[in-house]
Amino acid sequence: MRAPRLGVTLHALEEPLMTSKTSVPPADERLTSVGIGARLLQRPELGALLGAILVAAFFTIITDQFGTLAGAARWLDFAATLGIMAVAVSLLMIGGEFDLSAGVMIGTSGLLFGLLITRLDMNVWLAIPLVLAFGALIGLLNGIIVLRTGLPSFIVTLGTFFILRGANNGGTLLLTGTVRVDGLDQAPGFDAAEWLFASTFLAPYNFRVTVVWWLVLATLATWLLTRTRSGNWIYAVGGDKVAARNSGVPVAATKIGLFMTTATAGALVGIMTAVRLGSVQANEGVGREFEFIIAAVVGGCLLTGGFGSAIGASIGALIMGMALAGIPFAGWDSSWRFLFLGVILLLAVLANNLVRKRAEGARRT
Amino acid sequence: MTTTDRASTPTSAPPLLEIRYLSKFFGNVIALKDVSTEIHTGQVTCVLGDNGAGKSTFIKILSGVHPYDEGRVLMDGEVVRFSSPREAKAAGIATVYQDLATVPLMPIWRNFWLGSEPTRGWGPLRRIDISEAKRIAREELLKMGIDIRNPDQPVGTLSGGERQAVAISRAVYFGARLLILDEPTSALGVKQAGVVLKYIIAAKERGVGVILITHNPHHAFPVGDRFMILNRGRTLTDKPKGEITLDELVVAMAGGAELRALTHELQKGRDG
Repeated sequence: MRAPRLGVTLHALEEPLMTSKTSVPPADERLTSVGIGARLLQRPELGALLGAILVAAFFTIITDQFGTLAGAARWLDFAATLGIMAVAVSLLMIGGEFDLSAGVMIGTSGLLFGLLITRLDMNVWLAIPLVLAFGALIGLLNGIIVLRTGLPSFIVTLGTFFILRGANNGGTLLLTGTVRVDGLDQAPGFDAAEWLFASTFLAPYNFRVTVVWWLVLATLATWLLTRTRSGNWIYAVGGDKVAARNSGVPVAATKIGLFMTTATAGALVGIMTAVRLGSVQANEGVGREFEFIIAAVVGGCLLTGGFGSAIGASIGALIMGMALAGIPFAGWDSSWRFLFLGVILLLAVLANNLVRKRAEGARRT
Repeated sequence: MTTTDRASTPTSAPPLLEIRYLSKFFGNVIALKDVSTEIHTGQVTCVLGDNGAGKSTFIKILSGVHPYDEGRVLMDGEVVRFSSPREAKAAGIATVYQDLATVPLMPIWRNFWLGSEPTRGWGPLRRIDISEAKRIAREELLKMGIDIRNPDQPVGTLSGGERQAVAISRAVYFGARLLILDEPTSALGVKQAGVVLKYIIAAKERGVGVILITHNPHHAFPVGDRFMILNRGRTLTDKPKGEITLDELVVAMAGGAELRALTHELQKGRDG
């Protein structure tokens, strides 16, 4: 292991220059050695990991259920669907964009899935790829509008959010006469879909299969971000769009791909939720977009883009899952969860600000 | 291609870039009029001028951002006309803009390879060859005289001069034959500017033609092999090193007669 110091040594070239009469010394005396601690601070997920340990310890001490395997199955269940979305949203945020329609996409795609298999009697295995493709299409539209107009994605996807929300309620009422689509479990092929999306394992404790989906997708996203060219481009388009373009990175294609990934993840979670419940409420997913963004931010993603990790977002989702399960375990009213979310969001933003300043460095001569 | 033919023996081989009576108009504004010069391999051509002299228009034409309206640009003796920065880049012309070259939050090695990452594996397993990418980035920066201890260090923690070095070494590594540097020293302190000038000489010694845009004759003179001064879109001076002194350069830059008049006026004010 090389000495853990952040520093650059300049070799003075032989040729003397008029403008730099003083030769550059081999090491700049203003560069101080930076220890392991400061280096760890550059890891986006560190703060989230500490937070997760604290929250876990807190609920383990004050409740009996939290520390048991059955309790773990419960908070991992909350964390899993949140985590799948947080991973996708974190990629988008690292790429410098937001998607406020990510929550309501869960409802839209769940309803579409339900209508396809109950009204059109479509086979489940045909409906699933169709709904995923529909999600990708919504993401494509979001992306194209943002990239073509140069408008902030915050406002464009806010528009998409209201459009989808209106369509969910209005469309469901129009087609079913109620505000829900049900009877999904009667459709052909449903059992296999239930096994894939809504089964449990480890019998008495009943861990949800969505936990496996979450871990697999978080691993894939981490591979994408850290090991592939696309990952490099995601960091670059979020960190500095102009520099990325000057370096030959396809900025528009990268960002549109991220919008499509997020919306497709929303469609996947929509299908999972619909299969699990056997019915879909018209207002499913509304308001959850902020939970995904909070999870990503708690995990170290910067609101300004260019920094963060899928692992961090997953830990952020884990913290929120632990709180969502732990608060009822402790016998408190579930409304307190909002207070909790607000507090950890503020703490995370403050911590991230510190980390970013360190990573960007103060030395800008 | 040889590096021995200099401006003194122009007949043996065509220069890397030859610019003849180049003009550019924006509506009725004459941005550039009848500008001519030569850029040779392994030489630094300094383009000087005050704000609004046409420096930016000049490099934007060469880097493919703007098309030119009159005149000719010849590369290796053949007329070229770039319609996009990508085309210019493909021809071997790399432009390093002052502060738009690197992504501050990304590690040095990722910045070095950005857009051209080396990969191994196939299909979905195709991935960046990280150890190789770090090794080459380290080596290439070392060739420019910059020794990075940790290639994972974010570029933002480097000084302004070192960030220019990352951008310059990257352009040279990816086969730039002509390097255009847009005001690389303007935002830097004296010491950092000196560091960047060393990188420019390092690039030149590796056989790259360099166009250095600056409004500081003190930065241009020690590294330049040829000096072109633009004033209000026209060539004021275009001379090789040896035919012009630093004082002449300073005076020409400041608009000669105007400066003398100003000195005279200030002197009179102090006397009276």
